[in-house]
Amino acid sequence: MKRALPILAVLVVLLAAIAFVNPFFLEPAGFLAFVKRAAPLVILAAGQYFVIVSGEFDLSVGSLVTAEVVIAARLIDGDESATWPVLALLIVIGLLVGLVNGVITTKLRVPSFIVTLGMLLVLSGAVFLWSGGAPRGALSEGFRAFGRGGLGPVPWSVLILLAAGAAAIWLMRADFGKTLMATGDNERAAALSGVRVHRAKIYAFMLSGLAATVTAILLGGFAGVSAQVGQGLEFSAITAVVLGGVALGGGRGSVLAAMAGACTLEALFTLLNLYGISGALEFTVQGVIIIAAVAAGAVRLPRKFTPRKGDAHAAS
Amino acid sequence: MPRRKATVAVFAALALAGCTTDKPPATQSSGAPAASAAQSGQGSGTGTQSKFFVQADFDAQLAMRSQTPQGPEGKPWEQAIAPEMTDTKTFKKDGPYHLCFSNAAVNNPWRQVGWKTMQAEAGLHKEIAKFTALDAEGKDDKQISDIAELQAKGCDALIVSPNTTATLTPAVKGACGKVPVIVFDRGVETDCPVTFIKPIGGYLYGADAADFLVEKVPAGGKVLALRISPGVDVLETRWSAAKVVFDKSKLQVVGVEFTDGDAAKTKSIVNDYIQRHGKLDGLWMDSGATAVAAVEAFEDAGLPVPPITGEDQQDFLQKWKDAKLTAIAPTYPTYQWRTPIIAALKILKGEEVPKVWNLPQPKITEETLPTYLQPDMPPLHYALCGCEDLPGFPENWGGKKS
Repeated sequence: MKRALPILAVLVVLLAAIAFVNPFFLEPAGFLAFVKRAAPLVILAAGQYFVIVSGEFDLSVGSLVTAEVVIAARLIDGDESATWPVLALLIVIGLLVGLVNGVITTKLRVPSFIVTLGMLLVLSGAVFLWSGGAPRGALSEGFRAFGRGGLGPVPWSVLILLAAGAAAIWLMRADFGKTLMATGDNERAAALSGVRVHRAKIYAFMLSGLAATVTAILLGGFAGVSAQVGQGLEFSAITAVVLGGVALGGGRGSVLAAMAGACTLEALFTLLNLYGISGALEFTVQGVIIIAAVAAGAVRLPRKFTPRKGDAHAAS
Repeated sequence: MPRRKATVAVFAALALAGCTTDKPPATQSSGAPAASAAQSGQGSGTGTQSKFFVQADFDAQLAMRSQTPQGPEGKPWEQAIAPEMTDTKTFKKDGPYHLCFSNAAVNNPWRQVGWKTMQAEAGLHKEIAKFTALDAEGKDDKQISDIAELQAKGCDALIVSPNTTATLTPAVKGACGKVPVIVFDRGVETDCPVTFIKPIGGYLYGADAADFLVEKVPAGGKVLALRISPGVDVLETRWSAAKVVFDKSKLQVVGVEFTDGDAAKTKSIVNDYIQRHGKLDGLWMDSGATAVAAVEAFEDAGLPVPPITGEDQQDFLQKWKDAKLTAIAPTYPTYQWRTPIIAALKILKGEEVPKVWNLPQPKITEETLPTYLQPDMPPLHYALCGCEDLPGFPENWGGKKS
């Protein structure tokens, strides 16, 4: 919680700024609409957090989201009874992609940057080949309810976000989280003290794939079939995580802060839009945030870390 | 240690930043420079006029709206508006023929439908012994080499659908000397092709949509304009014509936004405007791809859907009927993909063809909606494909046999 304080403060300031420009934001409906919109990115950022904190990257999530929406539309094709089997299939696909990413990264020692970049290209190429750029079929009403509907006034996506967020926090507090953190902080030391680092990293990638699946279900539900739905999401997710103060390279940062980072990013985009600044700037803003956050982290490092003799970091 | 870590981090950041430029181009009308960010709507009004706007072309296209096309009844792809015929006797030769086609891309639903339609049309004619097509995948450089490659294949006629106007001009010029060239969809900056085939054009599209809103939305009403992306000629003309219409009207254009053709973004933008202004009285769109998402934004907010403009995709037509929208669908008909094959055969038989072949460009209205709504076709199928009488319909277009 303490680690999440700075980003939560930034988030509160941004939310106040939005409320100042748009008073509707203070009403429950207005605020819930914002959370609903932020939910997919927040969940994706939580998934990305697991990978980043373990010292790796997952660049494949954006194209995984696209692939899953396109696959869902094609397989469901408007047929209500196909909803649940296809949802199960999507989860399997997400986990499988994560598994492949994780196994290649750990067992074959290919840098995750390359593995997941390759996966990004493979998935987007496969989607294009399969759909020819024009997705076919349609999602059923039941599928779309997750992104559109709600339990009374509360959108399903907000409830799903709360559940996913709670699960992520619980995971990081459990043994798994400590193992993952240790792996990202110092892989060799963790391995020497008996942590199965490969297994931890593979799980992290699978969690990221799972998060991408949930994001795909929410986004596909929100806006329907599109071959561009996941475009650029991997960068938004990484930006969000970095914005939350999680160190690229792993070992530091909290999942709550990463999720708050995603909310902050979404709030920032909302604010830019309210001030009539073009959406084309979103990429620029993300780029600046990534560089600035990493640079700030690097500058702070020497003061926070008192160098210890024999720190395995220096050797790795 | 810190320095080393910092270096790695900075490298990673740079690499990440570099990757963003590798993102695939937007599927709609690719190959466009992402220029002119300055003219995006700044809160209110229609902004400055596009640098693509040409008054004479605008006037010419709007004049064609009232002219009766010439040609066979019920086959708009063979009709032409105000044709000025050109002689083709020099190209006359005996069949069978080898037709070649350099295609800009098949990377969006519009081009998918068109490409299937063209293949079916080519299959209709026994005198076409061979039909060779190369897909440039939305890249100018690939299309330039495609055109060169096709010239070495002994084509009797070359059909070109240019990826971009200016860059492809020299390549088309080079081909003109060797084979009769037929250009369609986007033009080139030379009159060396035997014929240039196109629907009336983007100005008429944009004006048809804007005129509808001026008629349906009460004076002073708030209109939001949604565009795909800036800097694409065929889309700039649509908006610039709408701007001319809106500037003369009493409507208030509260925003001009770019959606990148993304449904989620469209929905969010419309949502934002509903929140900011309480309601919207009209929605102008430069294409139909995200029209359904825009409609859903009103539905999810529990508001009535104001007059809206879309396109001839089935998903929008279906929504139009189901939600009883006040809507219009201007079109950029995909049946134009049939015409180049017909034109090529006419040229090779020595029959005269229009120098500029202006195809009719109908708009779907409430009265004609039942004619174009085909529930058995896929959601992104374009109703004006003119493909219903072609062999393989509807399965080859992704439809179900009813």
